[in-house]
Amino acid sequence: MHEQWREERLTGGRREPHAGTIFDKIWRDHLVSESGDQGLLAIDRIFLHERTGSIALKGLRERSRPLHDAAHVFCTIDHIVDTRTGRTDHTLVPNGRDFIVETRQAARAAGIRLFDVDDPDQGIVHVISPELGLALPGLTIVCPDSHTCTQGGVGALAWGIGSTEAEHALATGCLRLRKPQTLQVSFTGRLPPGVGAKDLSLLLISCHGAAGANGKAIEFAGATVRALGVEARLTLCNMATEFGAVTGIVAPDDTTFEYLAKRRYAPVAARWDGALAHWQSLPSDPDAEFDAQISMDVSRLAPMITWGTSPQHAIPVDEPVPDAASARTGADAYRRAIAYMGVDPGKPLTDLRIDAAFLGSCTNGRIADLRSAARVLEGRHVAPGVRALCVPGSSALKRQAEAEGLDKIFKDAGFEWRESGCSLCFYAGGENLGLGKRVVSSTNRNFEGRQGPGTRTHIASPATVAASAVSGHIADVRTFEQFRPYEY
Amino acid sequence: MRSFTTLTAVAAPLLRDNIDTDAIIPSREIKAVSKVGLADGLFAGWRYTSGATRELDPDFVLNRAAYAHAKILLGGANFGCGSSREHAVWALAEYGIEAILAPSFAPIFFDNCVNNGLLAGRIPEPTLQVMAKALAAEPTVTIDLRECSVTGAAFGAVAFTIDRDARERLLGGLDAIDLTLRGIDVIRAFRTRDRQRRPWAYLEEGT
Repeated sequence: MHEQWREERLTGGRREPHAGTIFDKIWRDHLVSESGDQGLLAIDRIFLHERTGSIALKGLRERSRPLHDAAHVFCTIDHIVDTRTGRTDHTLVPNGRDFIVETRQAARAAGIRLFDVDDPDQGIVHVISPELGLALPGLTIVCPDSHTCTQGGVGALAWGIGSTEAEHALATGCLRLRKPQTLQVSFTGRLPPGVGAKDLSLLLISCHGAAGANGKAIEFAGATVRALGVEARLTLCNMATEFGAVTGIVAPDDTTFEYLAKRRYAPVAARWDGALAHWQSLPSDPDAEFDAQISMDVSRLAPMITWGTSPQHAIPVDEPVPDAASARTGADAYRRAIAYMGVDPGKPLTDLRIDAAFLGSCTNGRIADLRSAARVLEGRHVAPGVRALCVPGSSALKRQAEAEGLDKIFKDAGFEWRESGCSLCFYAGGENLGLGKRVVSSTNRNFEGRQGPGTRTHIASPATVAASAVSGHIADVRTFEQFRPYEY
Repeated sequence: MRSFTTLTAVAAPLLRDNIDTDAIIPSREIKAVSKVGLADGLFAGWRYTSGATRELDPDFVLNRAAYAHAKILLGGANFGCGSSREHAVWALAEYGIEAILAPSFAPIFFDNCVNNGLLAGRIPEPTLQVMAKALAAEPTVTIDLRECSVTGAAFGAVAFTIDRDARERLLGGLDAIDLTLRGIDVIRAFRTRDRQRRPWAYLEEGT
């Protein structure tokens, strides 16, 4: 498997910090003090949401620790908020309303800007942050959410933390951390039609394992990455946590600056000029050394999809499910994955009928993702027996999609058109996709039970989700007649 | 936070790769804005044959008599991957788990362990396989964090690795927030300089 991609791995094994990578530069900018192998880093933005942020705020209150700087803390209601039309605080998640109400009260009491359920700027935390210009190149950003690394797509150093670490950042404006080892992942070659950032991520993780970048900070580089729009870069960085990394980043360039200019919270006038000068100095120097490097030519990459219960269980959509020997996963994990997913080694996934298709999430719920899926859906209809949902990643991009007429394409094709939120990316005891149901999903995790007890999740790109929804089985979008792929 | 020095307890083998935090504590088991009340939900998808009736699955390792009082888990690579939910560590701790030994840990989960006084030590997988087999004969082992060793009657002494800072914090039972707050004057001075240097990074009040 994967022999068609030229792959090279160089492991330098250097441990001492060395000047020159984008990480070195951002680290130096934020280093308050050092002790042993730890740095105390200043944090520029803290994000919270109702599922894990609420407990962090409660923890602070219980220990009577005030917020260090509420002006740079933001909170959104995204994780368990209902995404059905006409929503309120009520949610199908058991006690879900408590999380929303407690978060709202705690955010108000702490003086934090809250993107509440009915706020026009409400949305998934990692979607609204770049969208509002809160995430900027060279900033340090944390959130008690593993997909915070998404925001590396605009050149920020952003990483997920636990609730105690969130309390730490809220109380001190700083976090203690070991400087991570660095990994440069370089993609070269022009991506074939119908193949995008999600496929790049799944390729990488399938080749090197879900712990392949364990504890490292990844810079995504190379001509392929330079050619990607910001939204695709956000997708690439989003999946860094599924690769075991602390974070992922794409060095900012003109594409980034153009994306950020005039966004709500982005700097303006002289501040913008100063920011721009700083941002242009951030990219890794040509002679910068990384602790490890991976280089892949992706000019022949096929759409990727998962067959098992880890993001590392991914294959090109036109290849058969691997046998135990070639699956690159432990024997116990392999057996469980095959049984849980109800797939047959040696057989192609494209024979499998599906029950549902889900488009959304912080991975692939942005406007470019909706456009990509809509290209496939235009003039087509979801196959009989398939439940299909589209959940925009933010309220603002939902309005944008409606202005572009995308909602009509989705609805005409038989998709549910939802309010923004994390929705069915994960099962929290409320809505789910059903026992044993097979789902093609644009999300990030295919863990056992992730989208419902016994639900079988196949992760793929928005184009593959749309193609599978209309086919009624897992489908290769490249085989569609008159397919006009969307270029991110 | 209490300190961790040595621990003599039953160790249970769960050598599965990529044990994610959804498996450790399914989101549906997080029913309140609380750090407690989570032990029942620990490994709920694996521990019970049915989530509703809570009927124990006799095949799951923690349900076997020999491992009923386990305080140590032997895990597979990339332990604690997935969601950042600290509830996974709170659930493990409330259940009684005090140490996890695995080939590798997901970074957020590792930090969450340290912040709650749980030891997360790294041991190469082949060694863990040998240890896991040996537990069938004698499940009680002793961990010594000062020596970074784990000893068992049936496998002898094995070394584990853990980051220096994490080891010191566990040994001392040190709360990281308290440590940082001691240097708050240095932080304030840094911020004053930084606002001059990077004014664009700061949001003005009321924006």
